[in-house]
Amino acid sequence: MEYEEAKQLIIDGLTKKSKSKSKFYFSDLAKILDMKPRAAKKFVNQMVTEEILEFWSSGSTSMYGLKGMGKQAAAEHED
Amino acid sequence: MAKHDTPLLDQLESGPWPSFVSDLKQEAEVRAKNEKNVEYQIPQDVVEDLLGVLELSFKDGTTHWKHGGIVGVFGYGGGVIGRYCDQPQQFPGVAHFHTMRVNQPAGKFYTSDYLRKLCDLWEFRGSGLTNMHGSTGDIVLLGTTTPQLEEIFYELTHDFNQDLGGSGSNLRTPSDCVGQARCEYACYDTQDLCHHLTNEYQDELHRPAFPYKFKFKFDGCPNCCVASIARSDLSFIGTWKDDIRIDQDAVKGYVDGNLKPNGGAHAGRDWGPFDIVKEVVGLCPTECMRYENGKLEINNRECTRCMHCINVMPRALRPGKVKGCSLLAGAKAPIVDGAQMASLIVPFIEVNKEDGYQAIKDVIEKIWDWWMEEGKNRERLGELMKRQGLQKLIEVLEIDPVPQHVQEPRHNPYIFWKEEEVTGGWDRDVNEFRKHHQR
Repeated sequence: MEYEEAKQLIIDGLTKKSKSKSKFYFSDLAKILDMKPRAAKKFVNQMVTEEILEFWSSGSTSMYGLKGMGKQAAAEHED
Repeated sequence: MAKHDTPLLDQLESGPWPSFVSDLKQEAEVRAKNEKNVEYQIPQDVVEDLLGVLELSFKDGTTHWKHGGIVGVFGYGGGVIGRYCDQPQQFPGVAHFHTMRVNQPAGKFYTSDYLRKLCDLWEFRGSGLTNMHGSTGDIVLLGTTTPQLEEIFYELTHDFNQDLGGSGSNLRTPSDCVGQARCEYACYDTQDLCHHLTNEYQDELHRPAFPYKFKFKFDGCPNCCVASIARSDLSFIGTWKDDIRIDQDAVKGYVDGNLKPNGGAHAGRDWGPFDIVKEVVGLCPTECMRYENGKLEINNRECTRCMHCINVMPRALRPGKVKGCSLLAGAKAPIVDGAQMASLIVPFIEVNKEDGYQAIKDVIEKIWDWWMEEGKNRERLGELMKRQGLQKLIEVLEIDPVPQHVQEPRHNPYIFWKEEEVTGGWDRDVNEFRKHHQR
């Protein structure tokens, strides 16, 4: 799979679910791409670098979301 | 005059132990006086407000922190733990109070100059409050605001030659004992292995793609000074393959009272003359020692490397010469499924600096591939091992089962063979069968 295709799959997948939730586990992203975790990680990392995705961390667990989506950004006065 | 009244916290100071409340008050005072003329980049009264919010939490019986968030430094999914106060008007100094984890140097060797510089940086850009060290061994810098994060990260990486540590669903900052730098028991160079793997697995440390946290800890010997066996998903414990080396003259030295047992520790009271049979031979958990006619003998085949005899008589007994480490997996604290000690998976593995520790990396990467694919969200390796069984892990690692993998004699009389383990597999020729068996 090429990066552009993977990027679109993730954006579409997360946008579709964005009404119910805005933060996703890494395994959700790997599932959307239907790839092994290590292969999926390369695409996901690139999307973070391009600021399409952003990390969210509770301190113990990490999640991913589309940048600026969800309550978190506003609640943290970060936008 | 303190900014907030803190009668409940003041009461904590009355106990017999050093109090963190006194430490906080001291820091609050230092910041208020600012004798060094520091241009504080976060509110000067941050510590006053920290005391205030803590007092309020004691009063209300609930926390006033909101934990977690999107804050971090660019490209890193860990190292910063977002924290916000839910009463920012009342306590503006701690409206943002993020924690930064800094990867401690292997063995926690510092120069005083480094520590001074680090504290100066944290006074300047943070609250001045630190935790040396957190559970994973990191230098924990407590309390700063979002705009400071990138500034601090830049200074750490450019001026301190220092990286952030791990948090979230990452490889956590690898942690080791002081090892061969100061300890004669260390069976391998813990600091080199810890440092090497920290560099090797930078991607795993900073870009979260694991189901949950994953910890490495390195102990040079089975004394386990960093408690790797209880506190890390993958524990590296130094061990040896051959016989414990015995110096019979030194054994005599201990028996005659010329050498102090335990390296002179526990010497605060008179325990009476040293009794080798009672204090060493009799306490051997596998009863593999004998002291007769002034000679100490060890049946090394039965030794489980508990270290007791070596700890008591370090001048007389030393670990063998063929050294390496044991790998144990699956320890964790009691969050979801109760506390768990690690299980032995590789009894002996060579720790070979020359080939970049390849044998160890092979094991690590097979474990990660399995856990990343099979682990549920927020499931630790130890829980996956429990769910799918040690047998599955042994298969994944492509190693043969050994007696050390067996915890207890099995109580299930059935053996579930796999097809490839049975000669001829499951297929059978029905016609051939019917020749000998009627319907």
